[in-house]
Amino acid sequence: MITIDWLHFTPASAFAGGLLIGLAVTSLILLEGRIAGISGIVGGLLQPLRQGDVAWRVAFVLGLVAAPLLYRTLLILPPGRIEAGWGTLVFAGLLVGFGSRLGSGCTSGHGVCGLSRLSPRSLVATVVFMTAGFATVFAARHLFA
Amino acid sequence: MSVLISLLIGLLFGCGLIVSGMSNPAKVLAFLDLAGEWDPSLALVMAGAIAVGLPAFRVAGRRQTSLRGQPLQMPTARQIDRRLLAGSTLFGVGWGLAGICPGPALVLLGSGAVKGLVFVLAMLAGMAIFTAFERRSQARRAQPEPGR
Repeated sequence: MITIDWLHFTPASAFAGGLLIGLAVTSLILLEGRIAGISGIVGGLLQPLRQGDVAWRVAFVLGLVAAPLLYRTLLILPPGRIEAGWGTLVFAGLLVGFGSRLGSGCTSGHGVCGLSRLSPRSLVATVVFMTAGFATVFAARHLFA
Repeated sequence: MSVLISLLIGLLFGCGLIVSGMSNPAKVLAFLDLAGEWDPSLALVMAGAIAVGLPAFRVAGRRQTSLRGQPLQMPTARQIDRRLLAGSTLFGVGWGLAGICPGPALVLLGSGAVKGLVFVLAMLAGMAIFTAFERRSQARRAQPEPGR
């Protein structure tokens, strides 16, 4: 049985943020002809670089990094609480980096762009990483806690 | 021009992550914790993003170039293979351990969180390991072992 945490449920801001993400994805494909997959954009910088393929990636990444700075000048930045300890954090980061490149995408590339393209491959990837995420949290919080 | 546009789109994407709650790892973990007190908010992030993305990709699918005349670089891979399944599994496990995926990692870095920086460095290392691994297997494929 699933119990919903109504106290922390924030449907309006979640949906509004989703719309902004959708708008960003839309702009990148319709203006630049590129897929807004973060792992692909970042990972592309760690491969043999092709001319004309570097600047836009760096600019996009800088935009993401600068977003909280811009946000903070206009509004109150909501807290981002990282509960994981240092060791877990490093291990998780390695898995996220390696896995998203091996699987050709992450939450943005497969989960948002791929599903928006109605790609069966991305649907499978999304179901697999969501299931792995659910299972990992279940194991960490309820089996070995 | 592409550089300026990409920068602005990155900013917009990052603001979306902040507004939605995706850049708060504790909230991501609460979403992934089906057996605990479940916070379903983040399902709505995906719903909102896809609601906008769906018509956009319908339009893109019918075009050869972007509105600015750039080539439309749509993914061409179709196969559902072991790499896709193994990669997505590893990614999902990492996501479930820390509650951080690549976009939010960069936002957390920008918000000045030291743990965000550590995660990003580990993620970059993971990506670099993949690239090295990829290059080695490509070299092996290109140069069959002597004697064969």
